[in-house]
Amino acid sequence: MKQRSLLQRIIGAPYVLWAAIFIVVPLFIVAYYSFTDPNGAPTLANIKNLGEYGPIFRDSILYSLAATVISLVLAYPFAYVMSRKREKTQQIMMVLVMLPMWMSLLILTYSWMNILERNGIINTLLSKIGAGPLTLIGTPGAVIFGMVYNYIPYMILPIYSVMAKIEPSVLEAAEDLGSGGLSKLYRVILPLSMPGVVSGITMVFVPSVSTFYISQKLGDGKILLVGDIIERQIQAQNNYNMGAALSLVLMVIIVLSMALMKLFAGDTDENLYV
Amino acid sequence: MKKAIGNIFVGIIYFLLYLPLLVMVIFSFNEGRSTSVFKGFSGKWYVELFTNSSDIGIPVRNTLFLAVLAAVIATVIGTAAAVYIYYVRSKTWKNTLNTVTNIPMMNPDIVTGVSLMLLFVFVGRLVGALNSLNFFTLLIAHITFNIPYVILNVLPKLNQTDPHLSEAAQDLGSTPTEAFFRVVLPSIMSGVTSGFMMAFTLSLDDFVISYYTTGTDFQTLPLFVFNMVKKPVKPNIYALYSIIFLLVLAVLLFTNISGAKEKRKK
Repeated sequence: MKQRSLLQRIIGAPYVLWAAIFIVVPLFIVAYYSFTDPNGAPTLANIKNLGEYGPIFRDSILYSLAATVISLVLAYPFAYVMSRKREKTQQIMMVLVMLPMWMSLLILTYSWMNILERNGIINTLLSKIGAGPLTLIGTPGAVIFGMVYNYIPYMILPIYSVMAKIEPSVLEAAEDLGSGGLSKLYRVILPLSMPGVVSGITMVFVPSVSTFYISQKLGDGKILLVGDIIERQIQAQNNYNMGAALSLVLMVIIVLSMALMKLFAGDTDENLYV
Repeated sequence: MKKAIGNIFVGIIYFLLYLPLLVMVIFSFNEGRSTSVFKGFSGKWYVELFTNSSDIGIPVRNTLFLAVLAAVIATVIGTAAAVYIYYVRSKTWKNTLNTVTNIPMMNPDIVTGVSLMLLFVFVGRLVGALNSLNFFTLLIAHITFNIPYVILNVLPKLNQTDPHLSEAAQDLGSTPTEAFFRVVLPSIMSGVTSGFMMAFTLSLDDFVISYYTTGTDFQTLPLFVFNMVKKPVKPNIYALYSIIFLLVLAVLLFTNISGAKEKRKK
């Protein structure tokens, strides 16, 4: 092998510097703010105050778990049907799944609000046939629905990409060897698609557990999640220290859940689909 | 029978996926000011978009300016970083770099946004600045979350290139720098382009990180929409996003068709 050229040595300097200052240092700053008061004096008050937010953390985790499970249950058969279509059809279906991902999350959620709200489209249609009005917005169901809606493409795509790689001959072999229906699913398709499932789960859970926009709009201000209280502490109350402590806990939740996923899934490719 | 059930299921999911987009397009043609009561058909919100009285012009321009600038800088730094990571010999250092690169992609946006904001506020206090957040902090934030995606797009292309190619160029008399620009860069160009595109679109669409890192003097389109949505929205924003929808559709169809053609050639 040749000597590394000078260029190859210094070419990374801008990024190393950038990553150190803007990726690594901010994490320490979050920790610093979590353990100090507004004057910079060390304190454990923020950490002690976290206890108050216990129910909110519990709700955030429960809601996003529900959204993740529902997304998985819907996305899995969807991806399977998609992967068994002709190649041309698969391509079109993929574009159609990706298209909403490119639209603004804000505008799509706002549109759902128009559909679901008290004087919204569904209730207007219902009143024409003399029914309703239904309370659709401001419920946990609406918030979970919003999470599923916004993040289900991130579940479909990684699962689809591993399923598309399963050769039809593998499935035929399973059938020839006497595996039909459920047994084929459990013993062949499921194990082969596991890497896609794992990355799908993280890609739905992480944005769901940290959202504040969906809960604000579809929760109608009645449902508070971790993201909402971080936003409030920082943008409304200027309490950076409490905001930092809450962010720290959120980070811990994410790291723990990722470690948990790894434990369950064994060593699969982490960045299968990003 | 099984197939029919599968198709119906897929159809229902697509219907739900596109329902809010359908509502958006329908109400962008609303005669009235509401986004949930349809008064009659009118194209006036589209006309309004292109007149000077439109309040959307500045945020749209800001968003494009920021996205182009952030994507260009992130592509340069990120491509250089990918080349560096590719040539790094020490395994520990390589792993460290990869882990750090993964942090912004793994962390929820709100944590990335808050952590950067706290850094800016912290430094701002140190130097005694009144306002620590402005256009430049926003730009730094965008470059920061863009770089990992550029690296992610370029690194696999580097792994596919033949390392002997660059050596051959050097044996034939080019300096390592020349070999890089003439041999290595052209062979990873598709990764650089897709990295740039990804960075550009992520920047265009980012709301959460921008929300925490921008000052009051620079508003992007997602921030504008967020502030607007606090009060009832006018259909003009639906009109704007209907146009964006058509553009995205055109781009996706185009790249898919040209991608399929390329595949067939091979």
